[in-house]
Amino acid sequence: MRAVYPTTWRRPPQIVRDRRWRIVLQLGILLYLVLAVGSVEVDWARVSAGLERGQRFILGFLQPDFSSRWRDISQGLVESLTMTLTSTVVGVAVSLPIGIGAARNLAPRGIYVICRGIIAVSRALQEIIIAIFLVAMFGFGPFAGFLTLSFATIGFIAKLLADDIEEIDEAQAEAIRATGASWGQLINYAIEPQVMPRLIGLSLYRLDINFRESAVIGIVGAGGIGATLNTAIDRYEYDSAGAILLIVIGIVMVAEYSSSSLRKHLQ
Amino acid sequence: MLHLEGLSKTYRTGDTALNDVTLSVPKGQILGLIGPSGAGKSTLIRCINRLVEPSAGKVMLGNVDLARLGKSDLRRQRRRIGMIFQEYALVERLTVMENVLSGRLGYVPFWRSFLRRFPPSDIERAYRLLDRVGLMDHADKRADALSGGQRQRVGIARALAQEPELLLVDEPTASLDPKTSRQIMRLLTEICAERNLPAIVNIHDVPLAQQFMQRIVGLRAGRVVFDGPPEQLTEAALTQIYGAEDWNAMRQGEREQAAAEADARARMEAIV
Amino acid sequence: MNGITHHSQVWTYRSPRQRLLLWGGWLALVALFVWCWQVMTRDTIWAFVNDAPTQAADIGGRMFPPRLSYLPELLLPLWDTLNIATLGTIGGVLMAVPVAFLAARNTTPSVHVLRPAALFIIVASRSINSLIWALLLVAIIGPGLLAGIVAIALRSIGFVGKLLYEAIEETDASQIEAVTATGASAAQVISYGIVPQIMPAFWGISVFRWDINIRESAILGLVGAGGIGLKLQASLNVLAWPQVTMILIVILGTVVLSEWISARMRHALI
Repeated sequence: MRAVYPTTWRRPPQIVRDRRWRIVLQLGILLYLVLAVGSVEVDWARVSAGLERGQRFILGFLQPDFSSRWRDISQGLVESLTMTLTSTVVGVAVSLPIGIGAARNLAPRGIYVICRGIIAVSRALQEIIIAIFLVAMFGFGPFAGFLTLSFATIGFIAKLLADDIEEIDEAQAEAIRATGASWGQLINYAIEPQVMPRLIGLSLYRLDINFRESAVIGIVGAGGIGATLNTAIDRYEYDSAGAILLIVIGIVMVAEYSSSSLRKHLQ
Repeated sequence: MLHLEGLSKTYRTGDTALNDVTLSVPKGQILGLIGPSGAGKSTLIRCINRLVEPSAGKVMLGNVDLARLGKSDLRRQRRRIGMIFQEYALVERLTVMENVLSGRLGYVPFWRSFLRRFPPSDIERAYRLLDRVGLMDHADKRADALSGGQRQRVGIARALAQEPELLLVDEPTASLDPKTSRQIMRLLTEICAERNLPAIVNIHDVPLAQQFMQRIVGLRAGRVVFDGPPEQLTEAALTQIYGAEDWNAMRQGEREQAAAEADARARMEAIV
Repeated sequence: MNGITHHSQVWTYRSPRQRLLLWGGWLALVALFVWCWQVMTRDTIWAFVNDAPTQAADIGGRMFPPRLSYLPELLLPLWDTLNIATLGTIGGVLMAVPVAFLAARNTTPSVHVLRPAALFIIVASRSINSLIWALLLVAIIGPGLLAGIVAIALRSIGFVGKLLYEAIEETDASQIEAVTATGASAAQVISYGIVPQIMPAFWGISVFRWDINIRESAILGLVGAGGIGLKLQASLNVLAWPQVTMILIVILGTVVLSEWISARMRHALI
């Protein structure tokens, strides 16, 4: 036991332990923030003029107008919903062979590289950029949107499927292989039972994402509720825009709730 | 010092965990609380600092009835009661020093605790306590880097940092090996003797209780069925507390445990 | 063996009822798909679709080679994009923290009013893509970086808020109980009992969202909210395909880089 104890204590740094590095890091962050904030040019006159519009938008959100543009809204919704379903079905169907092909433990080297390449391209490109190109090729309307979402679905589902297959219990596959099963039988008996529940869950989740995305790609002409929303905002019809946003939020909530309960039920 | 009168607790599930418990603990006495799991030991000590809300009865600490206090008064009174937990309940990602200093939270304003700018006297006290429990060199380590026995020592230092007038100790050795258990019990009894501190210790290990406690209270189904010095704890008394083969009580114990946890969680919601 | 056990001659994986349900389900899905397909393609002009391969070849031909000399013009918009993402993330995280504490079951001050309100903010923010937020904000406060930053921030609230409130609900109750027992006030219980427990999750979520925001801010310019997307929009308007290719390469490079940085940072922080 000592007689005298220290009366000060400082919490030791947890991440960057070197004092000089800490100072450099803090100064660097401060400098960046100053530069970044400084580079934002704000036209305050425009912003204050916009506040009145912002108020109108909030009012429109609180008192949405469903009726006066109902024809446009309902058509946009039908396009969005049909686009969502068809693109998810087609996307998942195409993802199956690509996902199997992108699993290192199943596919030959050449096919593996090609499939992983497709996945990488699909994941790297934003939906909206794909939509721009596909609209240029296939013309305006939900068909381009359908193709966009299908392509985006491939990157999502095939990647997760391939990763799942690569992580399966090798012992089960070994046991089936030992029975003299063919490649097809191997997939059917050893792989499918292990990855199927998760695949269904992922497909439902993607259905959800595709609906949200379908509300966006309309902005560049690929059909759906996004086109209707874009028009409403262009015309400054904030009450209609509010109605559309509320419908989107409502559908997403319902979809999220039902897909999570369905997933629980299936697993 | 501490006087419980007619203390009862019935959980929302309908299980009665405590039934009319009356008990006095004088200054400096170490009281061991034994009984089968589910007898209400855990509920009893949590009713004292109201981590669990008692349904009826008085909890007199000195001349304050804790059971009747409002939120902020309760916080002030909680400073007088140090608590030591079964699984240490240290804030794992904070340093040992911060864990000990957290015993001072009731005494310092929020900004001081937030900026870790505790008064010098608090820091000096924390170092002295760490030295007392033998962890002087570990002050800057994170709590999750310590062994079980070391963590419980930090838990003891945290409770003592409150300058408490009463210690509540919930199964201090349940997650420790036999040798460390004895060391921790010895440390606890020494500290209580040094400071003339009364303590209530929940303990499931009867030989350990007999070795270290000055007085033993046996609980069964929420009632006090034994109260006396360890020498009087005969086979017959033990049978009265634990029953010959009381599997039913064991099962009820799991239910009480679950109910106590749920209740504590509900209390946390109300407090935070 | 003489008649004691009697097995069915045909072994089946599922019971007949289960099989019927399964086939019914698949059939319903196919029917739904066909119906949706017909509704969706009602107005499709198939001539354009048939023409697509020619169009694709045409655009593809024009896109290469990318116009490298365009690169210097892209650096300033790229810097803007980076700022939109970073400042937007910071703003979003700052707003998400109180929302998360209101939404978590164990910290909310009112289960019946504030918690549902916080959950609604989270769902609303999550359902609406940042591009739509940007569309609205450009209409309201005018085109420019500010609209982009606010759009990113508004979209981030839901993402960060949801993951953070789940982390708060998963905290270890015994640590919170122990801090409460010392006589700490509610604010002290949060700062000593809860905050240290959720810190790793907090940093992980923030960096992850920053990574996503880099991707999203790259295209906000399409609706006028600043950054490299403005250049993309301008190049598309004049059909300058070699510039489009160059922009896409820059975006791709940035995305890959930010993904690498975020992976490294999360590794270092946790």
